[in-house]
Amino acid sequence: MTNIIYVIIYALIILSIYFLAEPKKAYLGNYIATFSLLFSIIYTLLHLNSHHLIPVLSLIITGAILSIIVSSRITLPNLPQMIAIFNGLGGLSSSLIALTETNTTPHHHSLILLIIFIGLVTFSSSFATFIKLQNINIPIPNFPLHIINYFILTALLISTYFTFNFFPQYLYIFISLSLSFGFFFVLTIGGADMPIIISILNSLSGWCAVLVGFSLSNILLIIVGSIIGSSGLILTHSMTKALNRKLSSIFTTNQKNKNLESSHHHIHKATPKDASFLLENAHKVIIIPGFGLAASNAQYEVVNMANILKNKYHVNVKFAIHPIAGRMPGHLNVLLAEANLPAQDVFELKDINQDFETTDIAFIIGANDITNPLANTDPQSSIYKMPILNAELAKRIIFVKRSLSPGYSGLDNPLFYLDKTLMLLGDAKEITKQIITYLE
Amino acid sequence: MFLFDIFILSCFIGYFAIQNVTPVLYSPLMSVTNAISGIILIGAILSLNSTTSPINIYILYSAIFTASINIFGGLYISQKMLNMFKPKGKNND
Repeated sequence: MTNIIYVIIYALIILSIYFLAEPKKAYLGNYIATFSLLFSIIYTLLHLNSHHLIPVLSLIITGAILSIIVSSRITLPNLPQMIAIFNGLGGLSSSLIALTETNTTPHHHSLILLIIFIGLVTFSSSFATFIKLQNINIPIPNFPLHIINYFILTALLISTYFTFNFFPQYLYIFISLSLSFGFFFVLTIGGADMPIIISILNSLSGWCAVLVGFSLSNILLIIVGSIIGSSGLILTHSMTKALNRKLSSIFTTNQKNKNLESSHHHIHKATPKDASFLLENAHKVIIIPGFGLAASNAQYEVVNMANILKNKYHVNVKFAIHPIAGRMPGHLNVLLAEANLPAQDVFELKDINQDFETTDIAFIIGANDITNPLANTDPQSSIYKMPILNAELAKRIIFVKRSLSPGYSGLDNPLFYLDKTLMLLGDAKEITKQIITYLE
Repeated sequence: MFLFDIFILSCFIGYFAIQNVTPVLYSPLMSVTNAISGIILIGAILSLNSTTSPINIYILYSAIFTASINIFGGLYISQKMLNMFKPKGKNND
């Protein structure tokens, strides 16, 4: 009986991923995933000793209500943090399960240590990711954090040896080292790499489920966990490929906070009126949205502006989305879809980069690093060799930006100071609104 | 050995299932798979049956609680994102 139920559950989960591949059917994928998870939980609860049933049910329901209340208050731009936290809790859960196995199965010690390690690393690095994405500032001393990482790693290896041989005496040292390893590990990683980190963490929590499945000899956890784990790896792989980066280089390049002193450069400030004049007289405009658009919730205004340009002035308007624009893979696609932008107007980096040469205006809104030509020219820069959107090739550039501060990766952008660049400093939503009033 | 074979095969299934997903949907995909990894909850429930020590029971209770947050929060967020991609009838011109 269990086998048949389990087969139904895997089939449903694979089906849900299948539906998630297509924008129009994707919501069905989530319904199927919800159904199969509920189904598997209820089926497992049927086999639970009856005296546990009430506490377990109430814990599940409290957790569900709590998480739904919290996430219903979250706006779309802040979703990546939430995903990171939920993911971390999943990792925590698997290491807690492993902790209860310490007394029962002596020949499983290595497996249990591995689960505790991966689960806690997932938890603490998700927590660090949350802190970084929330822009909570932790004073990072001007000290190569890598050394701390190597130190923790060495200590961890030593403690693994002792914990393994004198099980479970030194377990608490092992636990605290695993936690700090995950935390410091993410702290050293540059902000621009956050989308990649989130997908790695996603994969890790899947592998945790696999390992717990091995320790409990449960096929369901092994199958579902490895589907999640491998899909997370594919996602990570396709992102690093899109960014022309090696995974190892993400972990070894130290986060640099070098601020080029930019005060001596000259920028051309403009008003929304100037921008609207340029936009309505252009033939071809490419809009490049970045996290700034998400932060000021300007997606409706920007899409509205694009529609006016298309319908009233017959301008050819396209949207260019960089693989790491925003704070998680596909973040801006979600926002633009919210504002009803048709999918055929959105282009990926490789499909649109050759268009910039023939473009009149590159309209960059709340983005910085993903257009920064230093990626092509400056071997010193932390984003060197990352493919960028070639906005510099457009005839004019309009930059809508909150301030001249460097991007998330801490780099100045030479595009600000070009003669063909107009800077509109201020909130993306406000500025776009003003441009729209002039266009109308 | 049997479990290990299953593990390798399911890695392949995961690999091929994810191949078709467009980058447009990476965010919801991540969020759904994140929720699915909360299936670890089942592991916690199963372990409850085989333990008697009160400390372990409390640890497993907290594992159930965190996994439940992972599952339902993840599903809720995914639904929130996917609603944006739902075919819409209305036009707001």
